[in-house]
Amino acid sequence: MHYLVLERWSRGDSSFHRLDARVKIAALLLYLVAIATTHPFRWSAFAAFALLVLSGVIAARLPLGGMLLRAAAVLPFTATFAAISALAGDTDAAFRLLARSYASALGVLLLAASTTMPALLHAASSLGFPRILVLVLQFLYRYLFVVTDQAQRMRSAALCRGSALRRGAKRERFRAASGVLAVLFARSYEKAQGIERAMLARGFDGRIHLLSSPRLAWRDAAFLGLAASATLGLRFLLTISA
Amino acid sequence: MTPLIDARKVRYRYADGTLALDGVDFQLFERETVALLGPNGSGKTTFVLHLTGLLHGEGIIRVCDLAMSKKNLPKIRARIGMVFQDSEEQLFLPTVLEDVAFGPRNLGLSPEEATRRAKLALEQTGMEEAAARAPYHLSAGEKRRVALAGVLAMSPEILVLDEPTTFLDPPAERDLVRLLRELPQAKILVTHDIPFARALATRAVFFEKGKIAGHGSIDDVVRRFQWEI
Ligand SMILES: Nc1ncnc2c1ncn2[C@@H]1O[C@H](COP(=O)(O)OP(=O)(O)OP(=O)(O)O)[C@@H](O)[C@H]1O
Ligand SMILES: [Mg+2]
Repeated sequence: MHYLVLERWSRGDSSFHRLDARVKIAALLLYLVAIATTHPFRWSAFAAFALLVLSGVIAARLPLGGMLLRAAAVLPFTATFAAISALAGDTDAAFRLLARSYASALGVLLLAASTTMPALLHAASSLGFPRILVLVLQFLYRYLFVVTDQAQRMRSAALCRGSALRRGAKRERFRAASGVLAVLFARSYEKAQGIERAMLARGFDGRIHLLSSPRLAWRDAAFLGLAASATLGLRFLLTISA
Repeated sequence: MTPLIDARKVRYRYADGTLALDGVDFQLFERETVALLGPNGSGKTTFVLHLTGLLHGEGIIRVCDLAMSKKNLPKIRARIGMVFQDSEEQLFLPTVLEDVAFGPRNLGLSPEEATRRAKLALEQTGMEEAAARAPYHLSAGEKRRVALAGVLAMSPEILVLDEPTTFLDPPAERDLVRLLRELPQAKILVTHDIPFARALATRAVFFEKGKIAGHGSIDDVVRRFQWEI
């Protein structure tokens, strides 16, 4: 039904996927801090951190090319700032900016592609992330499906009734499309209202009481130990060697 | 005997001006199973939404001797379990088990007790295998059953089921009839499925244009309103 690549990847079945989301979050946080605090951040540092993540990508049996490509999605944002630095004559800073953000994005992507959103949110809340934040994310995720689902259905319905057969003027097509968009939002809104009603009927009082999280297994602990020592080790080696 | 549900002169107009309920009087007594029949758009769903205070129009509604007021709403919602016409709306938590445990947790039960009840309810509805799956990826009939489990897990005193048999395959419908027969609760079944209503209901009321146009035994009502194919 849904074509979100990340969603599909995250439902994969590798031992990396099966690690407890809490240790993956902890490892990611360590990794991000290490990247941010490694000085100087040269090619060697970039390569070392990237290799670290890529070993995770391989362990999770995720498509290497697809991951590298998708992590590049952050580049346009940092590129602007990098360009400013470069124009100001500080090409080193420009490189650092791009390399750091790309390496960070790779790490975040690895977490997102190897952990289902529900597991991620669950872990976030049991790690003490603010409840309201987790709740909002949870609804965002739920409603994302509501909206994409509605859109998908409307599209199929339109196609079944031959909407692709007629090629109207651009202007007319634009008008039709905007009408459809309005209906999409109205329908999604009604759905959202229905969901709210269903929650209220089951006694929802504004707080979601989650079931308790399972205990960490020894392999989760082992992973965290490994990831932490690799990340911190890298960081110290890179700083000392400089 | 005081009725479990006592609704008098309920009137409701939607924001767009549609008069959906036009003076409905209705009672539900202990151990009864009442079928709400009637044409599309006659106000059945609108009416049952009033019973849990999800809509409120004019008129008086009492549930288990509690007046419909903001203060009483949590108590009322703990007593009426409602399965919605569109069960997809009922499911919003990441996994089936968590979704089914959502109601019991709201009742203030411990995670362990909520899990125990959720598992039991999933067993009752034949969905225990799906406990770890994401509810919105299930088939329509499976969603239905999970939604029902979510309500059963709260052990309400009254069950309100809006079109419970749509999307169910014949064996699942048969299982549902068997399950509902075993449950001691008073029930309201909103349905177009006459064999299903016949199998369970002790009486029927017929909605028409926002009013109750008649009531009696299922066979009476079906005959009077020619309510069969
Ligand atoms: N959100 C809404 N806004 C405006 N009108 C509505 C809304 N929901 C329902 N209605 C209207 O209220 C009337 C009663 O609707 P209701 O859903 O209660 O009917 P129903 O008896 O449950 O029908 P069905 O058998 O098709 O489920 C209908 O005319 C319907 O168009
Ligand atoms: Mg209805």
